Amino acid sequence: MRNGPVSLLFHCLFVTFLLAPMVLVCLVAFTPENFLSFPTRGFSLKWFHKLAEYPDFLKAFRSSILIATVSSIIALVFAAPASIAIARYRFVGREALSAFFMSPLMIPHVVLGIAFLRFFQMIGLSGTTTGLIIGHVVVIFPFAMRMVLAAATGMDRRIEDAAASLGATRGTVYRRIILPTILPGLASGFALSFIQSFDEVTMTVFVASPTTVTLPVRMFNYIQDSIDPLICSVSALLILFTAVLMLVIDRLYGLERLFVGETAA
Amino acid sequence: MSALRKETFALVAPTTLLFVGVVATPLLMTMLLSFNDWNATKGIISVLTLKNYAEIFADSYFAEIFLRTLRISLWVTVISVLVGAPEAYILRRMRDPWRSICILIVIGPLLVSVVARTLGWALLLGGNGLISQALQALGLSSGPVSLMFTETGVIIALVHVLVPFMVLAVWAALSRMDPAVERAAQSLGAGPVTIFRRVVLPQAMPGILSGSIIVFSLAASAFATPAVIGGRRLKVASTLAYDEFLNTLNWPLGAAVAMLLLVGIVASVFGWNRLVERRYAQVFSS
Repeated sequence: MRNGPVSLLFHCLFVTFLLAPMVLVCLVAFTPENFLSFPTRGFSLKWFHKLAEYPDFLKAFRSSILIATVSSIIALVFAAPASIAIARYRFVGREALSAFFMSPLMIPHVVLGIAFLRFFQMIGLSGTTTGLIIGHVVVIFPFAMRMVLAAATGMDRRIEDAAASLGATRGTVYRRIILPTILPGLASGFALSFIQSFDEVTMTVFVASPTTVTLPVRMFNYIQDSIDPLICSVSALLILFTAVLMLVIDRLYGLERLFVGETAA
Repeated sequence: MSALRKETFALVAPTTLLFVGVVATPLLMTMLLSFNDWNATKGIISVLTLKNYAEIFADSYFAEIFLRTLRISLWVTVISVLVGAPEAYILRRMRDPWRSICILIVIGPLLVSVVARTLGWALLLGGNGLISQALQALGLSSGPVSLMFTETGVIIALVHVLVPFMVLAVWAALSRMDPAVERAAQSLGAGPVTIFRRVVLPQAMPGILSGSIIVFSLAASAFATPAVIGGRRLKVASTLAYDEFLNTLNWPLGAAVAMLLLVGIVASVFGWNRLVERRYAQVFSS
């Protein structure tokens, strides 16, 4: 079946709708004016140069990368064994545990943010990087688990039995057979978790402090005060960074596979 | 058998402990907090009271905010179905390389920070934004039209943020469909409308239904977009909770708002799933 002219027109409008705000942000970032104006006359890198006067954006970007990396690794360290158990064994409470581990997906991030704000205040972790990492581990856990679960579910148990009958210990089976089979799941789980953590804003707004802040939260706080070409240039750089990341992931793994799953690949 | 049980236990125990510690405990603490009292001089008072909930249910100010949250979420869901489902169908009928490129365009925005995308909408929707300029140039409006701080503005921006989820859900459902069925219907004399209604729509329905609840719950709990586009003047439940926590500092009241939002969303998700299961059970049994 082919698309008719009406379908293609609809498609063009849809793509325009999706891309318009991001394209506009990038265009405004290059304005030579001192205020928001569109269409602009001329082209200048003035606002990108001006960014040098705001080192806190760069600092926030660095902590975003750090938090996303560390929390993705921690999430995977916990998600991998749990996923192996849930994918391969039938045990009492399996369904309940699986639902429990996926629950952060259903809890609004505002509620998680509030819960962590209160929790960290009680245990003395308010406004610390450790606190932010704990929060991020919870938020991204379901994404990490979904990917490892998908990899562990497709495993052929007979390979393991063969290894065991050839005298391999449980340790060897885990190291030589189970780990390599779930490795693609760990890789895609890392990619998805990293992105989710890097983009998280709602929960982080509550637990961040002026000194410990991620890039999206820093940007959000800035926008609350004023919307000017400077924040557009920060956003333009962020969009560029995301686009590069997206192309790399697409080349290495396939975005479609990451977001829709194996059925559509 | 015992070795297997030990192994299973060792595999799930650390994660279970982690979740009890950093998911269940904070949520329980928030629930308790919502039953605490508060006043401006003493701060949080550790007593058990239903005062916060009573206040929320009695005051029409809160009712208005919760109703607005519901209204916005429903509109966003309906528009996402009307826009996202056809787009998924169009994408499915495309061929490579266009299809791959277009899927990148649909998924791409999901990866871009919601703050950057919302900023784009703030530029588009403002009084001297592109939409206002276009309306004036077309003679549809005599002065600047700002959609900032309006429900329409919030709905437009939220559809932009959430419609990719609908496209992906419908796309996943349609990708299980055999294209030969469509061709068979065509060769048996069915017109495009009949094919869409009798062949495509039933296949897309599970995707539309699951996409709807995803979009609805994300719209109801959205924060950054309503905070920037709606601002203080147009609060929704999540921005109300934020204000109570970080501006008014009435944490117990904010916690009660958050708990109601959580209960509302969890109830919608479960209710919706029950409804869908029942509907499908009827289809299968009849």
